[in-house]
Amino acid sequence: MKKILALTLPFLILSGCSSSTTWGWYVIDPRTETGWINIKFLISGMGDTILISVIAAVISIFVGLLVALPGLSDRWGIRMINRVYVELVRSIPLLPMLFWVFYGLPIIFKSMGMNVPIDPFWGAIITLALSDSAFTAEIYRAGIQSIAKGQSEAAQTIGLNYLQTMRYVILPQAIRRILPPLANQFIYIVKMSAFASVIGMQELTRRANELVVSEYRPLEIYSLLILEYLVLVLIISAGVRWLERRMGSDERS
Amino acid sequence: MTETAIELVGVNKWYGNFHVLKDIHLTVKTGQKVVICGPSGSGKSTVVRCINRLEEHQKGTIRVDGIELTNDPASVAQIRSEVGMVFQQFNLFPHLSVLENLTLGPIKARGLSKKDAEDKAMQYLERVHIPDQAKKRPGQLSGGQQQRVAIARSLCMEPKVLLFDEPTSALDPEMISEVLDVMTDLADEGMTMVVVTHEMGFARKVADNMIFMDAGEVVEHGPPEEFFGAPRSPRCQKFLSQILQH
Repeated sequence: MKKILALTLPFLILSGCSSSTTWGWYVIDPRTETGWINIKFLISGMGDTILISVIAAVISIFVGLLVALPGLSDRWGIRMINRVYVELVRSIPLLPMLFWVFYGLPIIFKSMGMNVPIDPFWGAIITLALSDSAFTAEIYRAGIQSIAKGQSEAAQTIGLNYLQTMRYVILPQAIRRILPPLANQFIYIVKMSAFASVIGMQELTRRANELVVSEYRPLEIYSLLILEYLVLVLIISAGVRWLERRMGSDERS
Repeated sequence: MTETAIELVGVNKWYGNFHVLKDIHLTVKTGQKVVICGPSGSGKSTVVRCINRLEEHQKGTIRVDGIELTNDPASVAQIRSEVGMVFQQFNLFPHLSVLENLTLGPIKARGLSKKDAEDKAMQYLERVHIPDQAKKRPGQLSGGQQQRVAIARSLCMEPKVLLFDEPTSALDPEMISEVLDVMTDLADEGMTMVVVTHEMGFARKVADNMIFMDAGEVVEHGPPEEFFGAPRSPRCQKFLSQILQH
């Protein structure tokens, strides 16, 4: 809480400079009626930003695991599935991928005789999840590989099959090492969700853009926008640290 | 169980161009205790690891209890269900309690109820003399205790054969005897055992058959009296003089 306060303070001080002709903090001054309406308009994008990010992250966590597992195979052909996916997906910049998904994917569906409209909401989610899953897959792979080989050998000798070995022996140990970088990736998703503004999703960035167009106060409005992301990410960070502490206390050795 | 527990006929294995196992022949009868020794890199661990398919052999035949080990996952699963393994590094699951380490296999692989699995686990923990540590994590135990838990974990699967891959090599000297005592008890009870070890005192006491390996070959084998009393090959003589000096 102190941290948030300390970071907000400079902006509040700057807002005190509103007497100067170059400043226009009044557009987001909560004491005036328009300022308050503007702030509410900007902050109301929070819901969509969070929703898009969370759904994309959940999808990415599952897809990432599915992509990671073939990467751990002894067989070259199966490993290649993982390599091709990861190398292909992670080399596509997010914005082109967003355009491809939003404008291109419906055409593919249509050519297959399916009428699947992709709205900005799902377009953004698919793109974020897809892009992120390549990184998530690598995080899983590294985490799983960091568990000593003897663990899966021991699991095999007591009769566990591959899925049981993963479920009961490897993943519970790997998750401690996977969680911190996975949380990092979630922060990345939250930030990258700003691109959804380009295809018309009314999340935080889009709303800021719209307000800038009508008020023409880019500095003040984008400052508040940055602050919104900052607060969001700090909250996530705190949540992750809490989770890590809880999991850490679970293992006393 | 058939008379012959384990049979290796002309087993060969390569790592790339490196010939790790050269024409290994080995027969272990039910109830027999075989001790394999040899310098490091001789392939002794690899032999043991081939028997339960932790390593794949490329030529020759391995049979356990009459079942041939092939690429068929069913044969691998069947053989693993009869063969227990104790590792040098214990390989206990650090995120589970001692009791959970023991019950995981019986519950998940054998479909035992939790209650039955726990009863059985406690019974085996008593046999390795540490029932009071059941609730602890492996990391809270000494090395010797961890290895005894690992032995109990294998026993919970009620194997017909137990493989030991240098079970005391990672232990502090003062903990070796507690593990060897448990192994000697098992031997006395008639368990079929294949043990890779440098503990020659133990070998002399329990082995029915000694095997000396070097450079991927079985150089010499025979009953312990003969093996220790009059080793024939110079390589074996040299190895024994080095290892028995201290």
